[in-house]
Amino acid sequence: MNLKNTVGASLALGLMAGAAQAQTEIEWWHAMGGQLGETVNQIAENFNASQGDYVITPVFKGTYEETLTSAIAAFRAGEQPNIVQVFDAGAATVIGAQGATIPVEQLLNDNGVGFDIEDYISGVRNFYADADGQMIGMPFNSSTPIMYYNADALEAAGVEAPATWEEFAETTAPALVEAGYIPLAQSHLPWIFTENFFSRHNLPFATNDNGYTGVDTEILVNHPAIRDHFTALTEWQDAGYFEWYGTGWADNQDPFEAGEVAMWLGSSGSFGGIADRVEFNFSATVLPYWEAVTTEPTQTFIGGAALFAMSGFDAEENAATAAFFDYLDSVDAQVMWHTETGYVPITTAAYAAAAEQGHYDEFPAAEVGIQQLMLDAGENTRGYRMGFYVQIRDVMNREYGRILTGETTVEDAFNTIEAEANDLLSRFAQTQG
Amino acid sequence: MKRAAFGHIGFPILLLIPQLAIIAIFFYWPAGYAIQSSFYLEDPFGFGSTFVGVDNYTRLASSSSYMSSAWFTLIFTSLVTFFALAIALLLAVKADKVIRGAKTYRTLLMWVYAVAPPVAGLIGVMLFDQSRGNITQLLGMMGIEYRLGVNYWDTATAMISVSIWKQIPVNFIFFLSGLQAIPRSVREAAMIDNPSGTRRFWDITFPLLAPTGFFLLIINITYSLFDTFGIVDTIVKGEPGNNPMTLVYRVFVDGFRGQDLGGSSAQSVVLMILVLILTVVQFRFLERRIHYT
Repeated sequence: MNLKNTVGASLALGLMAGAAQAQTEIEWWHAMGGQLGETVNQIAENFNASQGDYVITPVFKGTYEETLTSAIAAFRAGEQPNIVQVFDAGAATVIGAQGATIPVEQLLNDNGVGFDIEDYISGVRNFYADADGQMIGMPFNSSTPIMYYNADALEAAGVEAPATWEEFAETTAPALVEAGYIPLAQSHLPWIFTENFFSRHNLPFATNDNGYTGVDTEILVNHPAIRDHFTALTEWQDAGYFEWYGTGWADNQDPFEAGEVAMWLGSSGSFGGIADRVEFNFSATVLPYWEAVTTEPTQTFIGGAALFAMSGFDAEENAATAAFFDYLDSVDAQVMWHTETGYVPITTAAYAAAAEQGHYDEFPAAEVGIQQLMLDAGENTRGYRMGFYVQIRDVMNREYGRILTGETTVEDAFNTIEAEANDLLSRFAQTQG
Repeated sequence: MKRAAFGHIGFPILLLIPQLAIIAIFFYWPAGYAIQSSFYLEDPFGFGSTFVGVDNYTRLASSSSYMSSAWFTLIFTSLVTFFALAIALLLAVKADKVIRGAKTYRTLLMWVYAVAPPVAGLIGVMLFDQSRGNITQLLGMMGIEYRLGVNYWDTATAMISVSIWKQIPVNFIFFLSGLQAIPRSVREAAMIDNPSGTRRFWDITFPLLAPTGFFLLIINITYSLFDTFGIVDTIVKGEPGNNPMTLVYRVFVDGFRGQDLGGSSAQSVVLMILVLILTVVQFRFLERRIHYT
C-alpha cells in the first residue's frame, strides 16, 4: 500500500468511526477474575444491549490492590477509567482523595437518575458513604462474613450450629472433636475476627466515629473483648477446637471443603464455590457472638468492593456512568449478580425479588449474609474509615499469626498493633494535610 | 595494529547519546525521583505532599519488622547464593567427567533453564503446599510436621529451596562451559603432578574457573535480592502475614499494596545504596584475587 492509499484508508476509517460515535464509550476497571469476570462481562453486555446510547467496556486489572494501584497511576497520568472497582480496605484512600472521584449520589442526582439511600439494605448504606451519609462509592460485589457449617458433621456430633462463642466452647466444639472433626477454622482474621467482631458486638473500632468524621483518627483495637477473644482462640487451638492454617484465604477454606473442619467462617460470596465443590450437606448461619460482651448482638457491614466514578470526564461520559450505575442497581441486574455469584444484593427490592423467585428455598445459605446485614444496627456498625488500612491489616495479620504460632502473647501483640496502626494513621493524616 | 580514532570529539558523543539517554530516562530519572519522594509523605492520588525530611528513613531504622526483614534478606541471600553456586559447580564438575552419554546428562540438567521462572516458582509452591504438596506429605510420613504459611521457618525453607532450585541450571551452564574452556594440556599436566582429584580441583580447576565464579557470584546475589520476588509472592500468596519477606518484596507491599509512596521510596533508596556498596566491595576487593586469562 502506498502512502496515498494509507492516508485515504485512515481517513475513511476516521469518518466511519465518527459516524459510529453517536454512542458514548466508557471504561470500567475491575478485579473480578475467572468465573466472576465472566459474570461481569455478562452484566456489561446486558447493559450495552439494553440501550443504544452508551457502551461500557470492562477491563480486568488483576487483584484488588493492583486495580487500585493502576487506577491511581492512571489518574496521576490523566488516563483514568470512568469507573474503578475499589475494595473495602482501600476505600479510605479513594474517599480521602477528594476530587479524584465524583460521589455516586451526586452523580446520580445530577443526571436525573434519582437516588434514595433508604433503597439500600441497612448494612450496605454506610460503608462507602462519607460522614454525612452521602454515598461516595456504589456498592457492587458486597459480602459479609458468615459461618458455614458441615450439616452432616453437626448431625453426627448431635449438635446445632452455635449462636454464641460460649455455646461453641462448651457444647459444640467438644462434641465435634468427639465426632472426629476439627470444629472451627476461619479465613482473614482482620476482616472477620477484628473489623466485623467490633461491629457484631457494637464496640467502637476507632475514634472519630470509626474514622468517618476526621483524619486524626486513632484505632481502638486494643480492647479487652477482642483480647479475650484471641486468648480464647489460643486456648481452643490447644484443645483442638480451632485450627489456623495461615494467612492464605484458601488454606483455611480447603480443609472445610475437604470435610476435615466442621465449621468455617468465610465470605457470604463464597457460597457458590462451596456449593459446586463439596460432597456433604452444608448450610450457613450468622456469626456467633460473645454473650459475656453483649446480649444484643448487632449487624455486620459489607466488605467486598464498590465502584467509584472517577472525575475528569465530560458531562456526556458522566451521564453514561450514571446510566450504568442505574442499570446496576436495577432489580434484574442485582438478582442476576446475586444468584450467579453469591454476593449479596444491595437493595431491599432486589432481595425481595430473589426471595420471590424462590432462590432461598433452594439455597437457604444464600440468604444468611443479607439477614445478618439487616440485623439491628448500632452506633458502631456502619463500618470504618482508616487510611493506610491495607498496611494496618498487614500488621494485624503479622501479629495474629505470631499469636497463633506462639511467638508472642496476646497482650504484646495488641500493644504492637495499636502502636503501629496509630503510627500509620498519623502518617496518613499528614498526607491529607 | 591499526588504531581507530575519531578526529573530532563531537562525533563520538553523538554516538553515545542514545545509550546515555536510555540510562538517563530509565535509570537516573526514576532513581532521582525515588530519592526525592523518599523525603516526602504523599497522598496516593498526588493531591498533596508534605516534606518530612529523613522521617521515612528513621522510621525504617526503628521498625523492628523492617529490621527482621533485613536480617531475613541477609540470610536468604547468603544461603541462596551459596547453595545455588555450590550445587551447580558440583553438578558441572560431575557432568564434565562423564564420557558416555554426556550429552544426555547435560541436556537433562540444562532443561530446567527453559522453564519460565513463574512456572518454576509455581511448581515449587505445589510441592510444598500445606495440604497437598508432595514434599509436605513426604515429610509427614517421616513424622515431620511441615506447615507452609504458618511456621515462619517452614515458609523460609520453601522460599530458599525453590529459589536455589530455579537458579541452579543457569549457574550449571556457565560452570560447565567454564570447565570446558580449561585447556586439555593444563589438565594433563596437573594429572601428572598430582593424582588426587580433590587437590587438582582446588589447585588448578577452581582458580581457572574463578572469573566465571566471580561473574556468577554477582549475578546470583542480584538474583537473590531482586529476581526472587515472584517466588516470594507465590509462596506468601500476596498476604505475607507473619511469614518472612525479603526487602524487595517489602517495597512492593508498602508501596503498591499499601500506597505508602514515601516510605516505599525510602526503602528503595536503602536497597539502592546497599547494592552500590556491595558492588564496590566486590570489584574492589574480590576481583583483585582473580586472574583473567
